[in-house]
Amino acid sequence: MYRYDEFDHAFVSSRVEQFRDQVGRRLAGELAEDAFKPLRLMNGVYLQLHAYMLRVAIPYGTLNGKQMRMLAHIARKYDRGYGHFTTRQNIQYNWPKLSDTPDILAELASVEMHALQTSGNCIRNVTADHFAGAAADEVADPRPYAEILRQWSSVHPEFSFLPRKFKIAVTGAERDRAAIQVHDIGLHLKKNEEGEIGFAVYVGGGQGRTPMIAKKIKDFLPEEDLLSYTTAIMRVYNLHGRRDNKYKARIKILVHETGAEELARQVEEEFSHLQGTELKLPDADIQAIAAYFAPPALADRAEGWPQLAGWKKQDEAFARWVDQNVKPHKHPDYGMVTISLKPIGGIPGDASDVQMDAIADLAEEFAFDEIRISHEQNVILPHVALADLEPLYRALVAQNLATANAGLITDIIACPGLDYCALANARSIPLAQEISSRFGAAERQAEIGELKIKISGCINACGHHHVGHIGLLGVEKKGAELYQITLGGSGDENTSIGEIIGRGFEPNKVTDAVETIVDTYLGLRTSNEETFLEAYRRVGPQPFKEALYGDAKAEAA
Amino acid sequence: MTDKVLTANRLSDGIAVWLDANGHWVEDLQEAIVARHAEAVASLEAIGKRDFAENRVVDVAVVEVQEQDGKLWPLRLRERIRAQGPTMEYAAGYRAADPAFIAV
Repeated sequence: MYRYDEFDHAFVSSRVEQFRDQVGRRLAGELAEDAFKPLRLMNGVYLQLHAYMLRVAIPYGTLNGKQMRMLAHIARKYDRGYGHFTTRQNIQYNWPKLSDTPDILAELASVEMHALQTSGNCIRNVTADHFAGAAADEVADPRPYAEILRQWSSVHPEFSFLPRKFKIAVTGAERDRAAIQVHDIGLHLKKNEEGEIGFAVYVGGGQGRTPMIAKKIKDFLPEEDLLSYTTAIMRVYNLHGRRDNKYKARIKILVHETGAEELARQVEEEFSHLQGTELKLPDADIQAIAAYFAPPALADRAEGWPQLAGWKKQDEAFARWVDQNVKPHKHPDYGMVTISLKPIGGIPGDASDVQMDAIADLAEEFAFDEIRISHEQNVILPHVALADLEPLYRALVAQNLATANAGLITDIIACPGLDYCALANARSIPLAQEISSRFGAAERQAEIGELKIKISGCINACGHHHVGHIGLLGVEKKGAELYQITLGGSGDENTSIGEIIGRGFEPNKVTDAVETIVDTYLGLRTSNEETFLEAYRRVGPQPFKEALYGDAKAEAA
Repeated sequence: MTDKVLTANRLSDGIAVWLDANGHWVEDLQEAIVARHAEAVASLEAIGKRDFAENRVVDVAVVEVQEQDGKLWPLRLRERIRAQGPTMEYAAGYRAADPAFIAV
């Protein structure tokens, strides 16, 4: 993985000292809040309901054991013993003291981590497929390009004061595991007929109060033009993006109001001035960055096959975990492991300091010291020999990290919601816990199959509810919480925005409603193999509306 | 007029606090001083402005409460959650909010 060079170290250290000075002056009363607030946001420090919140960047969700241990240490020393992994592959701490944040950032810097550009109207964490570099279906590893974009976008002099936040995602397979079509820029890394590497470029996707699916504005961008073309997009956005209305300031609105074709033309025109300039990526540079992401030396471990078969025969729970949480790796003797942070009835995406330390140890022992965070709020060990799955599993069980539910109904994505967030209208975590408990039985989950529930506590959609197979949006109605249900959303290569199914449900009725939806699906699916999403796309909302609302008119709340 | 209290977040650590009768910012809503008429609310607002300017607190706000069984009960769910903390067991050694207090 990428390692800081001297420049990076010096830069991050000096930023920490700069922030330390700013915090010191703020606490001494020499700097007012109006002046300080944008500065603290540039360093990822938010103010929430109960306390400050620090969002630490995990570039494209990749980290090693040493870094994970530091995250555990920060949780333990400066926070309340836990952290929350987010839908943009970052980590959030909910209780840091402002006075401690410079020390926290200094400790992070010592392991090449930071909290820069995790807030504010700038380019945020570039996210990527959490199975990058390992997946059997991968065409090319997106991480080198995510790293190139990260370096290019860090404290970019021209793009640090955009109309609004800007989010880029990169995927390297036909299956989109990075939800690129609901990002401001989505990059699909692929090869053309000549076998050359390039990108399909999507622009203007997003969720929030106006969910939109990105438009493809370029079929094939050669890899050497990645920065020139992306700069062209940013320039068009920076120039024409709305600054009059915060709710219309994302690039998706610009694409919508300009039209994709005209926007693509504007980008091409800007690109024509930039192509071949110093932004062109020399092959040598791409190779140098790619070298940081060279796969680990994966020795053949063919003994894993019979071993795994034997273990699975002996232990049904282990077999279920392998079947659900281990996916095919490029190397046949290896698998990609999902460590679920969704224990039944637990808080989605949270990990304690003890759990983080355990994951660090296990990554070093079994996974070539490589860890990923997925946008689905789970931890991934992308390179684990099949021969090591059983001892890994035992260790995970001991830490309550072995829930066999990757992609199943209890693998719920939930934002922090009204339990933490100053923007929220309703809670999401208790709802996730209740739904998880209701459907927690292994047999029930297996029967239902793949079903992605995503819960947001407000219209900002940090829980990605618009692309949930079942999406739940918490709103406030007459001082109480109410939940709107959407169906049929998806963030994969066939992205769709979920459709509101009818009027909302009170908190104590939502889980029953979800159960009604699930039972309806089970009753109408053509076979056990037809997933919820496939069934919904086949039959549409009507059967579900009838099941939930009967003959009564189901006008949306 | 509904009763009101003054709330904010402490600058140094961000913890939610309420203004008490001694003019101190305390972490327990139940110790907050209650304003029951317009002049009292105006005083609260003035103190809030002053303490914001003097860098003790940030995000100052006047919130509505009512007295129920001798306890101060914020009218807004959001403020009840602020007063009690997250509504589930979220960390070892920290209690979840009281469900009876949070309930609508």
